[in-house]
This record gives sequence, C-alpha cells and structure tokens, in this order.
Amino acid sequence: MENLETLLAQGKQAVAESDTLAALDEIRVQYLGKKGELTSLLKGLGKLSAEERPAAGALINEAKAKLQADINARRDALESAALEAKLAAETVDVSLPGRGQPVGGLHPVTRTLERIEAFFGSIGYSVAEGPEIEDDYHNFEALNIPAHHPARAMHDTFYFDAHRLLRTHTSPVQVRTMESQEPPIRIICPGRVYRCDYDQTHSPMFHQVEGLLVDRNITFADLKGTLEQFLREFFEEDVKVRFRPSYFPFTEPSIEVDIDRGDGKWLEVLGCGMVHPKVFEYSGIDPEEYTGFAFGMGVERLAMLRYGVDDLRLFFENDLRFLGQFK
Amino acid sequence: MKFSEQWLRELVQPQIGTQELADQLSLSGLEVDEVEGVAGDFTGVVVGEILTAEQHPNADKLQVCEVSDGEQTVQVVCGAPNARAGLKTAFARVGAVLPGNFKIKKAKLRQVESFGMLCAEDELGLSEDHGGIMELAADAPVGQDIREYLNLNDQIIDVDLTPNRGDCLSIAGMAREVGVLNKAAVTEVEAPAVAPVIDDRFDVELVDANSCPRYLGRVIRNINPGVSTPLWMQEKLRRSGVRSIDPVVDVTNYVLLELGQPMHAFDLNKLDSGIRVRKAEQGEKLVLLDGQEVELNADTLVIADAKGPVAMAGIMGGEPTSVTDATRDILLESAFFNPLAIAGRARNYGLHTDSSHRFERGVDWQLQRKAIERATALLLDIVGGEPGPVIEAVNEAELPAVQQVQLRHDKVTALLALEIPAAEIEEILTRLGMQLESVEGGWNVTVPGYRFDISIEVDLIEEIARVYGYNNLPVHTPTAKLPIPPIAEARLTLQSLRRHLVARGYQEAITYSFIEAELQKSFDNQHEAIALANPISAEMAVMRTTLWPGLAKALQYNQHRQQSRVRLFETGQRFQPKGEELVQENVVAGILAGNRDAEGWTAGKESLDFFDAKGDLESLLALAGCGNQFSFVADRHVALHPGQTARIERNGETVGYIGALHPSLVKQLDLNGPVYLFEVSLEAVTGGKLPRFSSLSKFPESRRDLAVVADQETGFDAIRQVVEAEAGEFLKQVTLFDVYQGQGIEPGRKSLALGLTWQHPSRTLNEEEINSAVSAVVSALRERCGATLRE
Repeated sequence: MENLETLLAQGKQAVAESDTLAALDEIRVQYLGKKGELTSLLKGLGKLSAEERPAAGALINEAKAKLQADINARRDALESAALEAKLAAETVDVSLPGRGQPVGGLHPVTRTLERIEAFFGSIGYSVAEGPEIEDDYHNFEALNIPAHHPARAMHDTFYFDAHRLLRTHTSPVQVRTMESQEPPIRIICPGRVYRCDYDQTHSPMFHQVEGLLVDRNITFADLKGTLEQFLREFFEEDVKVRFRPSYFPFTEPSIEVDIDRGDGKWLEVLGCGMVHPKVFEYSGIDPEEYTGFAFGMGVERLAMLRYGVDDLRLFFENDLRFLGQFK
Repeated sequence: MKFSEQWLRELVQPQIGTQELADQLSLSGLEVDEVEGVAGDFTGVVVGEILTAEQHPNADKLQVCEVSDGEQTVQVVCGAPNARAGLKTAFARVGAVLPGNFKIKKAKLRQVESFGMLCAEDELGLSEDHGGIMELAADAPVGQDIREYLNLNDQIIDVDLTPNRGDCLSIAGMAREVGVLNKAAVTEVEAPAVAPVIDDRFDVELVDANSCPRYLGRVIRNINPGVSTPLWMQEKLRRSGVRSIDPVVDVTNYVLLELGQPMHAFDLNKLDSGIRVRKAEQGEKLVLLDGQEVELNADTLVIADAKGPVAMAGIMGGEPTSVTDATRDILLESAFFNPLAIAGRARNYGLHTDSSHRFERGVDWQLQRKAIERATALLLDIVGGEPGPVIEAVNEAELPAVQQVQLRHDKVTALLALEIPAAEIEEILTRLGMQLESVEGGWNVTVPGYRFDISIEVDLIEEIARVYGYNNLPVHTPTAKLPIPPIAEARLTLQSLRRHLVARGYQEAITYSFIEAELQKSFDNQHEAIALANPISAEMAVMRTTLWPGLAKALQYNQHRQQSRVRLFETGQRFQPKGEELVQENVVAGILAGNRDAEGWTAGKESLDFFDAKGDLESLLALAGCGNQFSFVADRHVALHPGQTARIERNGETVGYIGALHPSLVKQLDLNGPVYLFEVSLEAVTGGKLPRFSSLSKFPESRRDLAVVADQETGFDAIRQVVEAEAGEFLKQVTLFDVYQGQGIEPGRKSLALGLTWQHPSRTLNEEEINSAVSAVVSALRERCGATLRE
C-alpha cells in the first residue's frame, strides 16, 4: 500500500508521456489490466484486517479511477491530434479550379427576349409564333398595306416570288392569331424578321417582339400605361417616356415611343398604336365592339441600349469573345 | 422635307423659338431630323465691290484687288479666277471671324499686303461650292452686312414626314400645321387669276381620265430668256435643298415647295399639236430630263403629244421638249394624277423625284388652278411674257370624292379615355381645314382635298389626339383580367432546353437564316433550298434547310480566332421544300469541336468523339421524360462521316441526325476536326410526358453480369433488344459496362460486358428463376445475334 502513491504518480507520468494510442493502451494494461500493477494491489487487500480493507480498497479504486481518467483524457487528446494530422494531410488548395465542364451561355438576344416575355407573361400575355417565310397577304395586305402603298418603301422586303417573302415584322402572327381566335386576345409575337438593308445600324435579319391586346373598352391610356411600365421594368430605371404621333398603316392613332435615360437625349425604342379598324375587318373582328392596341420593338436595339453594345453586326458574328460577355 | 424657317414664318407667326418649334413639330408627328443654320457661324462679312483687279507681281494665280467696303477702299490679294473689276462679292474685313473660328488678319501674300478676304460660298458655310468667290447682284448695297443682305439669320428645318402626311410637303401645309398647334392665324398664299392677254390655247385630251382626272395648261409667249432668278427665290430654293436652274424651272419648283403642287413647263415650240394623257405603250422610249433614255412599261402614265411621250406623268419631264436658254414660248402644266397611277412607278425606273414623292402620297386635287395662277404671276414678274387663258381638261366623275366622315364625341372619349370638350375638338378640326356640321352626339366632318389620310372616324380621333398632345392624354396602369393561360406540364419549355445545353457547356449562337447556295448544297442534297429573288449578297442567298452550315461557319470564325474548344447550339426555323409544300420547322442544332475537357489541371487531353455528342444529345432527349422513345440508327448523310452517322428516330419516325462532319467538309471549310454535329426537331425534343408513379418494391434486386462476344457489325441495340425480350418481365435494367476488342478476342469480334438487374414487386426472386432467365438470354443471343459467352 505504501507504494500506491508512487505507482499512481508513475502511471500518470507514463500516460502523460505516451505519444501513440498503442503505447497508451500498453500503459493501461500495465496498470489497470487484470494483471496490472494497480489491479494487483487489490489482490493484496486480503492481507489486511477486515477493518482496514474498505478504506484501503477505496483508496486503490480511487487511484485506478484517477489513472483511468488520465488515460481517457490522453486518448481523446491523441485521437484528436491523429484526426487533426489526418485532416491536415488531406488539406487541398481550395483556390485550385474545380473539375468539370465550364458552362456556356445564352445569346444576348435570347436573354433580352426572355426578359421581355417574362414581363408580358406576368400580365397575362401568351407567346404566339408563326412562319418566317410569309405571304404578301399576311405581311402587308391584311395589315392595311396594299400593293404600291408608300409604306412598303419603309419595309425593304426580301422576296422569293410574287407572293412569298420573308416577313418584315412579326405582325403576320398577330393577323393569324386574330383569324383563328376570338377576342379577348393578349399575345406577344417574338421572332426573326428580315429587311433588305445592311450597315452598322441595320442588319438584314433581326428580332422583334410585337404585342397585341384586343378586348372591349381598350383605350389609348391602357396602351400608354402598359408600355411606360414595360420600359421602366425593362431598364430597371425610372426612364422618362414620351409618346410621339407617327404613322403605321395598321394602327390609328400610331405612336412612336422615346425614352430618356437621364442624359437629356430622346431615343426611339418602339412603335405602337391602336389597332386600325380595317385590320380588324380583315380578320373578322367587329371594330365597333372591340378595340385594341399593338406594339412592336426591336430586340437588338433594346439589347444594345441595355448592355451598351455599339455595333449591331456583333449579334450575328457569333464571336465567343462577344457572346461570353452575357453570362 | 427641308424648309426655311423664315419662309414658314412669312405665313404663320407662332410666338416660340426655333428649338421649341422643332420640338413641337416632332411631338405632333412631323419628326424633325435636323435644324441647321442656313449659313455657317461668321461675323464681319459685308457686300464688297471690286474696283480694280491687277495681276499679282509675284504669283501667276493671284490678283491684287482694290475693294470698297462702303467705308474705305483696301487692298486684297485674291486667288479666285472670277475676281474682276465691278464684281460685287462677299468681303471679310480684317477682324472678321469665319466658320471654324477662322480670324481674318492683315497678311502678306508673296510680298504684297492684303487687308481682308473675298469669300466663296463654302467659306461662309452656304454650300459646298468653291468654284470662285460669290457673285452678288449688281444692285447689292456695298457695305451691308452679308447676313442681312442674304437674310442669313435663318434655320433650315428638316422634317422626316411619314407617308400619310403628303399634305405637309409644302410651306403652306407646314404653316397650316403650325397654325393648328399654336392656335395662330395662317396667311393664305394669294393667287388671283391672271387675265389672259393672248388667246393661244393648246388641246388637252384625258385618254386615261382615271389616272389623270384633271389637267390644266397655259401658254405663255415671249418670255425674256436673258433674266436670272431673283436672289430671294434662289435663296428660298437653296434652303429647301433645290438648286436654282433657270427662272422657268425655278418658278415651277418654287410653287411645288410653296403650295405642294408639282408643275412642269414645256417648250411650246417643241411640242407637236395637242397633249394626250395616256398610258405608255410597252417599249415606247423617252429621253428624260436627266439625260437617260428609258423604255416605258405599259403601266406608266405619260404626257404625250402627236409624236409620242414627252413626259413621264408626275415623275419627270422629257429632255427634247424641256425649257432651255433659247425658249421664248412655254406651256405650263398643273395636273392632278391619281396616287395609284403614280405609286411605285418611279421606283420601277430607279427614279425618285420631288414630283413623284408628292403625287404618290396625294396632291390636293383642288389645287391645280391656284398653282397655275400663282406660277403665271411669278413668271410674269420675273421673265415677263404674254399669258394665254387657263385651259382645263377635267373628268369630274373620276376626281376623288369629297370625304364625309362621321365623328361621335363618345367614341373620342372612349378611345382616348378622356372627355375632350366639344369646343376644343371643333377648334382643332376646323384649323386643320375640316368643315364641321354638328349633329346629335357629334359631327359630320367634310375632309379637305389635301388630306388623303382621313377616311374613317378613327383617323379624325388621331388628329384630335395628336394636336391635343399624346403626352397630355391619361395613362392607365395595366391590369390583367384574362384567365391564366394553361401551362402544359408535359412539354419541355424552350427556356429549359436552352439552359440545359448551356449547363453542359454550350454557347448559344444565332446565325443568319439565309446562306450561300454552294455551302447549303454541301450540307444537304435532299432539299432544293429556296432562293431569295433579291439577296443582299451571294453569302446570303438561299434559305437554310439545316442549321449546320451556319453553325459550321460560326465554328470556323472562332477557330480562326484561336478558340480551339467550341460548343455551340442554335434553335430556329429551317426551310425545307417538300413537294409543293414548304416546311418551316423549328429545330435545335449543335456543333462541337476540340478537346473533351476544357484545358485544366484535372483535364484529360482527349479529343471529342461521337459519344460526347451523342451523350449531350441523349441528355437533351431525356429531359422531357421520353428518352426511351428515341433510337439511333446507323445511316448515311452527305455532310457526315459515313461510319459515324446516325439517324435519330422517335417511335420509328425520323426526327434528326447526328454525326461527325465529313472530313472533306472539314478540309473544305478549313476547320480543325474532328467536328460533331446534331440537329433534331424541336417538337420531338420538347414533347414529353407527365410522370406516373409506380410503387416501390420492398424486395432485393438480383444482378448477373454477362460477358458476351459478338461480331463487330452487331449493334448493341440488337443485343439489348434480345436481352429485354428474353430476360422475363421482372428485368429492371440492362447496363453495358464495358466494350472490349483486342487480345483474347478474335479479330472482327468484340466483347460486351452486360449487367442485368431483376426485381419482383412483391417477393424475392429465387436462384432458379434468375438462372433460367440468364440461360434464356444466353441461348437467344447465340441464336439471334451470333453472340457467345466469353470464355
């Protein structure tokens, strides 16, 4: 019993000095195992008197518990050190690039189209599409632009033959919709359109979104409100909007819309108007019962203004250095 | 149309400045393109008179002039060949500042002192003319400021008129408009009848009275050919962009600008008997004023005399009968031509004239007499002469009808969402020249002859709105009242399709729908592409029948700019003629070239192969939930590698192609190959199905792996079909996990490693069941595919 203190002290020191889990376990066996040095002291209790035994036993057990606590603490420490070492060894350079496919991107025209579609979609317009090779009737006649009308000079048209042409606007889709659907109508018609003109500000192919709303009691004020709100939402700016009388054979009154983005310059951004009664008549809609408005905008033009692109031709060169800027 | 602000202000005097006037016109629908001074910015230039002009002692091309500026006489060195004694010209004194802040100082030219400068028109910003110093009239007051003398404190306003506003193609029309906008009085141009002093007549016959229902003529004899057009008229013409030619032509042009009536003057003595207004005979010839000889079409209206056409009606006069320096007797023409008879004709001959521009849009059919009287009076003032009576040929029945339009006040209110007071409506319309008769709830409106654009009620409402001001009308925030449109869940949206490809590394491209014919042919020999009648260039001549050529060109563009790894896709229409029909179908197409992986520290260096393209496409086809309806069938395609081409079928119907671009095309297009392409009908890709739940089995799966050896030519599809047919109804999945050729396998054969998985919904499958399924598969493979188990 006299060396209990010594044994405990030795054990504690050995525990403190152990540096691997295996060594620690050996120490545990050495002191606390079935034949361990502290365990063996319990066997010597038999030599003591019955009065002395409980106190001595308690002392030995207390020493065993103390050493066990040390071992546990040491094991925890060694284990967490081992884990830390393992983790340290597994450390990666998180600044290295990740593995896998770099993502591509949408064309800026698509991006702009989707933005326009989202706005009009949210106020109940659905998307209508139609053929790009059109007939003279749907592209011109039904829109109140008879042959030889001076307005035809405003559309430099690509022809295939006397009747077929590349649509100069997406308005034929509106005509086709009105032919096949009863009012109320709320559609937008996005798509490619073609004009025989090519320079820095004209492309022989470009994109338009036209819109059409036909219902009872639709007024000029509804048209103004819709487009004003659209332009502010599109640019996410409180742009100034002004409405200027213009002329399109398929609307009456006809309007051009200008915006001022704060630099005092008015930029023309879209054309619109109240649907011309003759256009309604061509499509079998009673202009006394229904009114409506139509509008059209050039998608590239809006994209140029929004993203600061300065040359229209860039949109169709498909240069990855250009396209990659719209991610 | 360009016009002088001063000229306009002779007829109407709104109390606003130039810029305000321009803004007001723009906001009323007459869009002002530009406002520019009639001369450059300069000061200190006066009317000077050259008193003497002597040869410069030291320079051949210079003269030394004595110039009087009204106060003193100074010495000026001048290089203009027309500098001569007695000439009055523009003189910039020492201290003058010319356009471009060019200060005139005392100078020495070749040792001779010079005090000021004699100016050409371009030096004062009057025109581009640098033919010599200005030649002013002999009565020009020496010493008067040139700005004052030439009336240069004026602006040229250039208005881009829409085709409906032919009525504004004149000073009188513009003045009327400005009068309406400012509620200002407008002075009418006076044109009292000029009494004839001779009775010379000239017969006029309206053969085609529908095209020309009214033709006025007047003979004027003994004009003085030696007179020049007065400065004021020359300046007004110049400021309207019209060059002064000779007094007779200038007067007709002046009346065209002032009143909007195109006119023509013939040399009377070159005309042969009466005028006939008729359609041309096909192939008749006429030499025009601009010197070119045209062969006339039968749809062209002409003015003819007994010998043949002398003018293209409403477009351009003929050269042989035109007025020249020697002309003493003229026939003036003032006619109304039906817009439909003129529209498009000038264009057919590559012409566009001030006259055709107006007649196409509509000239007031009641204006001809006023115009001919006005022109007569001006001519008599300038060149003198003896006028005959006005001869008028008219067919009243063919003249346009006077338009009567009903206007309901409540319609105005309903369309504009604002009740504009009746008095204001009346004022606007009256000032526009309409006659109003009040009726119950509105008006009967009589439209003046110059407004070809007003025939129905809404045309009048537009006029009211326009003058009231679009920006003064109310605004309603949109509200959606319509039922929410249905959304088809089974259909894949274009948006998600595009984003899927983007996520797989594809950049979206947009290529032209029209391409070069040869290129088109090398990508598709099945369809005859339809060609544009008027292409912009050979590169944009025919409509694509596939998106591949455009994408290949885009690849080429990028590869030639050091982009080695390219993946592009495009969605859009292709145009395939099929028999009589033209099929315009939306497709999605892609192109890939370069390495499989983007260069990087983890990346492999392998080039792409067919299965990269196929994998991307399969992932796309699977998006809508119907991936198992598609199959890839070995096929041939003119643009593709014969051993790496698949036709894509959906339930047996061809919906697209995929493959490697043919090496000869790779070479022809100077591409870095290999290049892979796919194109599929958008309808086939986006048509999907709604998911349908089936309950999950609680019992374990059983799997067996088989290695079978088959002939090289045996497609995996054939093997898979046999496995699926023979492995029993509880087969869940067949996986191909290895394909091997080489050592241990006979040449011409390949080894396929298949994993077969079974699962029963309500019990565990036992060993015997699996074994018997496996033996059924193995024996069927041997019999039908010549495939044996690998030993």
